Amino acid sequence: MSLRMSAAVVGAAETDSVAVQPDKSEIQLHAEAALNALADAGMSKDDVDGVLCAGQSPVLVAEYLGITPTFIDGTSVGGCSFMLHVRHAAAAIQAGLCKTALITHGQSGRSRVGAGGWGGSRQTLSGQFEEPYGVAGPPTRFTIPILRHMHEYGTTHEQLASVAVATRRWAERNPRAMMRDPITVDDVLQSRMIAYPVHLLECCLVTDGGGALVLVAAERAKDFPKRPVYVLGTGESSEHSMISMMHDFTESRAFKIAGQLAFAEAGIARKDIDHAMFYDAFAHTPMFALEALGFVGKGESGPFFEAMRTAPGGDFPLNTNGGGLSYTHTGMYGMFALQESVRQLRGEAAAQLPDVRTSIAHGVGGMFHAAGTIIFTNDDRA
Amino acid sequence: MPKRPLPQPTPETREFWEGASRRELRIQRCRGCGRAYWYPRPFCPNCSSKDVEWFTASGKGRLHTYVIVHRAAPGFQDWAPYVIAIVELEEGPHMMSNVVGIEPAPEHLPVGLPLEVTWEQQEDGIALPLFRPAGSTP
Repeated sequence: MSLRMSAAVVGAAETDSVAVQPDKSEIQLHAEAALNALADAGMSKDDVDGVLCAGQSPVLVAEYLGITPTFIDGTSVGGCSFMLHVRHAAAAIQAGLCKTALITHGQSGRSRVGAGGWGGSRQTLSGQFEEPYGVAGPPTRFTIPILRHMHEYGTTHEQLASVAVATRRWAERNPRAMMRDPITVDDVLQSRMIAYPVHLLECCLVTDGGGALVLVAAERAKDFPKRPVYVLGTGESSEHSMISMMHDFTESRAFKIAGQLAFAEAGIARKDIDHAMFYDAFAHTPMFALEALGFVGKGESGPFFEAMRTAPGGDFPLNTNGGGLSYTHTGMYGMFALQESVRQLRGEAAAQLPDVRTSIAHGVGGMFHAAGTIIFTNDDRA
Repeated sequence: MPKRPLPQPTPETREFWEGASRRELRIQRCRGCGRAYWYPRPFCPNCSSKDVEWFTASGKGRLHTYVIVHRAAPGFQDWAPYVIAIVELEEGPHMMSNVVGIEPAPEHLPVGLPLEVTWEQQEDGIALPLFRPAGSTP
């Protein structure tokens, strides 16, 4: 069974703000995004029969919005959960489990108003075998693979910093981006050390916000106001729960599998991708994605970023909203990568590219724990 | 010494923590496929065989990759900067730990550095395996 061209995004929106919002709780951010996306689709909540979300319970989201669904998916595997939700929604629609799927994200990552918690009990495996060593959230765990990549492939600090510089250049073009001042490689390398080899400007932002998507069967997609964005290829996988269990610290197995599945389903080549969104929790995450998804060979991402090929004017436009590094990062950023793919394919992006026919949104969950890849197209004959 | 969030053993991990209190690095090996593995569980993560055994690892390993934490976890502020490392044990498995007994600076911590286990005694009878450069004085 293939999900190729089975479903389409007909509604997509973010919360009114994606910056710092201490005046809204996390569940309200879900709802605001959902209502904005339904308005974008010209629908009401009564049209929705499938509810998918992460962070908060889909049951709570349904209750809060006043929806009685026939399909529920609370897959919550970190920031790529929404890529998995797109895949699951397409499958559910194809199987007849629902007709209109609503995927929501809301997170009070910065202000922590009504937010879900981090960390588990001291009896968990992480509590026994990682937390006693002073891990302090993603900046100390997600970053552990970097030195191994540097050791094996000669990746440099300047190359790592280049990712942040290229991404900031897109944010300069996006009025909604939180960080818009130009930066240089030196600025990045002179910013505060968080966890060697990672500096402050190589870490994502921490913000409050949300986003939502509405999907229907491809054959219904033209019945709604906005240009449909079709699901062309999908993939998902997971590798480990604790970073210490990563199989090879120079590559993400989950990234590779999710990407291979998505390209196989889409039936297109890497060179057919016009626009890319690779979840950038830290500067190295898009480097690992570029390699694992097969756009460059193993170990070749450093020179690619250093040459500014992903920046405005480059031949591989990446993270054109400004990314998690400069646009917004609520905690589970994957929804915002999907939103920018949809905007580019509709022609609505702040830094709109010409002639975008395909876009890939690749997400990471946890700290290389899980991965989801979605390839979209706006071509109904694809 | 940092104020660490201390582990609470579970039935599957108790042998490890009891070994640690005797300064023995107890890990497991599969009798079916022969591979040593970490962390504790009563079957082999490689081949699912339940025919597994505990043994005492040599405590020798190499620095596989690491970070030097400057923005410390709660309880670790006075200890920063500190090293969180992935140690490749001589027997094969990877284990997270801290590298101690050396100045936490990149020039002293080349990837591949030989390490050996050292123990940090905690309250509740827990001893934590840490690693120091091989041959250095405790």
